[in-house]
Amino acid sequence: MSRVVIRTESLSKQYRLGARLQKHPTLRDAIASRASSSLARLRPGRNGASREDHSIWALRDVSLDIEQGDVVGLIGRNGAGKTTLLKIVSHITEPTSGRAKIKGRVGSLLEVGTGFHPELTGRENVYLSGSILGMRKAEIDARFDEIVAFAEVERFLDTPVKRYSSGMQVRLAFAVAAHLEPEILLVDEVLAVGDAAFQRKCLGRMGDVAREGRTVLFVSHNMAVIQALCRRGVFLDEGRVRADAPIADAVAEYLRQVEQAMTEDLLARTDTRGWHNYRVRAVEISSDATSAPGLLVTGRPARFVFHVTAVVPSMSCAFTIHNNLGQPVTDFSSSVGAPADSVDTELGNAFVCELDEVLLVPGRYRVDVELRAQGVEQELIEGAAMFDVEQGTLDGRPIARRTGGDVVLRHRWKRPVDEL
Amino acid sequence: MARLRAVSTIEAPSRTAEAVRDEDDFDVVVERTRGFPSVRPRELWAYRELLYFLTWRDIKVRYKQTLLGVSWAVLQPVLAMILFTVVFGHVAKISSSGIPYPIFSYAALVPWYFFSTAVVFASNSLVGNQQLVTKVYFPRIFVVASPVLGAAVDFVLAFVILVGLQAYYGIGPSIGALALPAFVLLTAAAATGLGAWLAALNVKYRDVRFVVPFLVQLWLFATPIVYSIDRLHEPWRTLFGLNPMAGVVLGFRWALAGAASPPGLLMLVSALSGLVVLAAGVLYFGRTEKTFADVI
Repeated sequence: MSRVVIRTESLSKQYRLGARLQKHPTLRDAIASRASSSLARLRPGRNGASREDHSIWALRDVSLDIEQGDVVGLIGRNGAGKTTLLKIVSHITEPTSGRAKIKGRVGSLLEVGTGFHPELTGRENVYLSGSILGMRKAEIDARFDEIVAFAEVERFLDTPVKRYSSGMQVRLAFAVAAHLEPEILLVDEVLAVGDAAFQRKCLGRMGDVAREGRTVLFVSHNMAVIQALCRRGVFLDEGRVRADAPIADAVAEYLRQVEQAMTEDLLARTDTRGWHNYRVRAVEISSDATSAPGLLVTGRPARFVFHVTAVVPSMSCAFTIHNNLGQPVTDFSSSVGAPADSVDTELGNAFVCELDEVLLVPGRYRVDVELRAQGVEQELIEGAAMFDVEQGTLDGRPIARRTGGDVVLRHRWKRPVDEL
Repeated sequence: MARLRAVSTIEAPSRTAEAVRDEDDFDVVVERTRGFPSVRPRELWAYRELLYFLTWRDIKVRYKQTLLGVSWAVLQPVLAMILFTVVFGHVAKISSSGIPYPIFSYAALVPWYFFSTAVVFASNSLVGNQQLVTKVYFPRIFVVASPVLGAAVDFVLAFVILVGLQAYYGIGPSIGALALPAFVLLTAAAATGLGAWLAALNVKYRDVRFVVPFLVQLWLFATPIVYSIDRLHEPWRTLFGLNPMAGVVLGFRWALAGAASPPGLLMLVSALSGLVVLAAGVLYFGRTEKTFADVI
């Protein structure tokens, strides 16, 4: 009989929006709000409701039993409560109601490089970070060489970390974390860093951890990675458990929801991040004026139109195309200019991005949009739109769906024989 | 396993706490805590190595990329001593109870710098370690304790100069030197209490950052460092002891700088006041601790 090592009982967590959005309240504000709340008390019937509006439930009634050796993928859109769940299980924050019970030593990796100090050397940081993540000095001593070898930074051990390249920093940070030996490992999206070779290495390490029978809770937006690593999937939506099933089923459910969300009015979406002074109203994707919306063809032009609520100077728009496994394929940003770019005041409240030819293989793709203005992120919408790419030709060469990636490049062959 | 195993179950309302014990033997129960925080000495002990590493980091990093490095620990009180000697000793001719003014002020400045450095660094500690607070669990009080321990290292260095100054003026330690460890502990207690309170307040109100330098400056003059309170009448003299640093400073002068009389009743008041500051600061810290990660 397997034993339960994490049990959450009707776990709920409420955040007051004021506390989260406005990062640095001052005494003056506190005095002012105290004054206004005592005013509100003088006018009955005005308080209660407004207080409710300023809070959101990051988690609602989450009850899960996770058994020893389970490798669980937590999936869901931004703000679905994945990170909040990890933070409660790792004891960083308390739930508003309900409880989480944990058996065994927990290692939480909510970020790469927790506790790293740029002024300290690589060697010193291994000890500092290791100790912060919960290793004892004796354990770090025992694993030190292994960690350094994994990170491939032997030659720079006595150099301050601030002189490292960002790749080296990430490698060292992950290496420390990867050599934690907790019974329960909580991982939040940390594999999204580093170069491809190192990512593979990290995945291998995660796989080892899972095979050793340890319990892993893993958050990622990368469905391919999550399906490769996890056996069980928990799909969270607006703080509630929407699906708790074998990973393939949970992912399918999640992708279905993402697609469904895209047909919604973007302004009605509540899962977008940012300051929201300005928002993206709608995204139109088409091949040309006559083609069906949301349908592109390999090798043919494409036009992405982003309608926003208002345009202000120095506003910029960026978007990322993801394949149907959630892996980013390529991104675009209006803030990085080129001579071919133009300014058209006739456009109204819209950004337009035109491609002469779609260099994607046939398949389904998702678009994440980011709108920036006034130096801050105004809105980040995951899965703002979706489009399908149909088979087409590139320079006359037919392009079909292949397993070798998502993009196609213009090219030509010189053949020694005529094999056609 | 050892680390979280050692974490005691967070205090639950008594009824549910029993329910937990009836079920499986979970090591940790995370739920909303109400009322006064429980002190968890076993947890602090389990994490002791982390306190060591955090202190070690603070010491290492403090003087990184400074020209004079750790000499600053000594230079600050020495320069203040020279300045005070010129301004208050020679120009204003403030009475120093017959003790040479340099050692009169320096014997007070050594514990004072311990206190003020500890308070300044401790009050910024939580905000400065935001990344840690929001990403990993450990007893938060260590973040406050480590700058206090770091300041203690500076204190030891500055203390060496004090011994040198004693030799120069030919002033030997009195019987009061035996009480020095107690004076040092009192300084650390008051600094930890005040630091914990300010650090917790700083999480919510960043005003603290602006208040602290002013507070420290004011406190310097509210402590008999540049002046003597020998001619002050009772009960005012004893009331001075409400400032824990007043007792510490007089104690240091009595122990090392040849001051004739022990601080007496004032010392008792200072000791009690210091313990109250420690308890109040740590309690406030404990009460707000659970929301740090959400608010910071």
